[in-house]
Amino acid sequence: MQELAEHIAEQLGDVIQTQNIRLGELMLTVRREDIVKVLTFLRDDSACDFKILLDVCGVDFPDRPERFEVVYNLLSVRQNHRVRVKINTDEDTTVPTVSDVFAAANWFEREAWDMYGIFFSDHPDLRRLLTDYGFEGHPLRKDFPMTGYVEVRYDEEQKRVIYEPVKLTQEFRSFDFLSPWEGAERHLPGDEKAEDAPADQAD
Amino acid sequence: MAEAHIKNYTINFGPQHPAAHGVLRMVMELDGEIVERIDSHIGLLHRGTEKLIEYKTYLQALPYFDRLDYVAPMSQEHAYALGVEKLMGIAPPPRGQYLRVLFAEISRVLNHLLNITAFAMDVGAMTPMLWGFEQREKLMEFYEGVSGARLHAAYFRPGGVHQDVPAGMLEDIIAWCDQFPAFVDDMRSLLDGNRIFKQRTVGIGVVTEKEALDWGFTGPMLRGSGVAFDLRRAQPYDAYDKVEFDVPIGKNGDCYDRYVCRVEEMAESLKIIRQCIEQMPDGPVMTEDGKIAPPDRGQMKRSMEALIHHFKLYTEGFHVPEGETYTAVEAPKGEFAVYLVSDGTNKPYRCKIRAPGFAHLQAMEFCSKGHMLADSVAILGSMDIVFGEVDR
Repeated sequence: MQELAEHIAEQLGDVIQTQNIRLGELMLTVRREDIVKVLTFLRDDSACDFKILLDVCGVDFPDRPERFEVVYNLLSVRQNHRVRVKINTDEDTTVPTVSDVFAAANWFEREAWDMYGIFFSDHPDLRRLLTDYGFEGHPLRKDFPMTGYVEVRYDEEQKRVIYEPVKLTQEFRSFDFLSPWEGAERHLPGDEKAEDAPADQAD
Repeated sequence: MAEAHIKNYTINFGPQHPAAHGVLRMVMELDGEIVERIDSHIGLLHRGTEKLIEYKTYLQALPYFDRLDYVAPMSQEHAYALGVEKLMGIAPPPRGQYLRVLFAEISRVLNHLLNITAFAMDVGAMTPMLWGFEQREKLMEFYEGVSGARLHAAYFRPGGVHQDVPAGMLEDIIAWCDQFPAFVDDMRSLLDGNRIFKQRTVGIGVVTEKEALDWGFTGPMLRGSGVAFDLRRAQPYDAYDKVEFDVPIGKNGDCYDRYVCRVEEMAESLKIIRQCIEQMPDGPVMTEDGKIAPPDRGQMKRSMEALIHHFKLYTEGFHVPEGETYTAVEAPKGEFAVYLVSDGTNKPYRCKIRAPGFAHLQAMEFCSKGHMLADSVAILGSMDIVFGEVDR
């Protein structure tokens, strides 16, 4: 693993922004303009030999200036190792497609476009893949509500399936059990045995 | 004779079609009976699993994995459980590992039984389906015995498996193993040398090694093309490094080779099942860390601490340290993986599900081009598509 990381770092040089090994998995971050070059190198270099592109997916971090990460997972059957390549992008910036490098990327990029609205330039057929015909929005973005915006039902009068805004019979409940496992700190007012009671409650 | 101008014919295959193995719509452009172009429309079974998982705790997210590839539910759970364990840095106790391998292999047989027999039915053989379902039913009884459910088991949990097998079940599994080869022989006698079956499958949908890699094929689809790669062997997880088995590979990469690969894999699975039962140690099946595994009922009635642990586990759930992992298992259909991103809370930040069928189905156009319309059904059958996992 370490050898492979050094080999890639040596060959690609400053194209690589960061590189680390965590949990036994090698990960590279590159600039999005270089992704075609990097994946072609990883595929064709004999020591890397990553012939299978297993997965392309987006991840949404709304707080970052470039909110999306695009993650490519590759596998080498002959060398029996894996690598993960990441790039960053946002809603307006296009990412070069890698469907010329790996045929498998075609649908994975369509899915990422559908789910996140990441635009892949020069993609042969960038249509929606999983959502309904005529669907609007990108459902896996963190700011897209889980219940969605429209719902469908069969209308007896019009004799067809119609779209309506979502009506929730019960308010959407988000259960937040996110208290620390050790329990919240509790201070009893006037408890002089408490070791370091806050000053405003001490009197 | 005047020159006739022939226009290509476009047909709609599906969304409801018995040979589509679910809800697949393919817009096919035909020249006579030759397939020129296929435009697959998927997503008719899209349930937004990945979005739902982001709103659930790690334990609540687990049952969604049963509902992906509902033909072999436990294999999906396996990938997720391993992924969470990797992030948390824990490992199940030995008996838990063996039980997982045992049931992962039962899942493999379940899957291959359905695929082989449904594939045979696609190309015209009815009987294997009827026989195969009897065997499937017997295996589902084992599912029911350990988890209470025939299909949606939720049996593999982060940290091990939920419960130990009931007394006597391992002997029942051995008894099942003893009678199963006779069924396989019967089925093979109907299919292997069958003239009709071979005419429909030999030389159909040939995928070379290079093409299979380029299209991201895994599992029997890749091995059928002659690549000896099996994650159970190459990157063993749980107890797979302690059992012996062979990896059958094909030669020509056609539908027939993929069929033979799957049949042989069932025999290998049987070997693994026997070895698992033989080697299985006694002991706990779930990690004994009270912050991850729930206490048993008896303890809860007596111990305050156990009661608190139980309450916290089923409301808040456990927290997973920050990090990300891509964890893959050799599911019956190919490499099934989860890409988990954790932000240190009790809910996954992102859980991308990599389904093998997704990659296989996108090569449908490439495999069928130039074949007859009826062959596209055979190719689809040999790809082993289940829409639960393709559409997610």
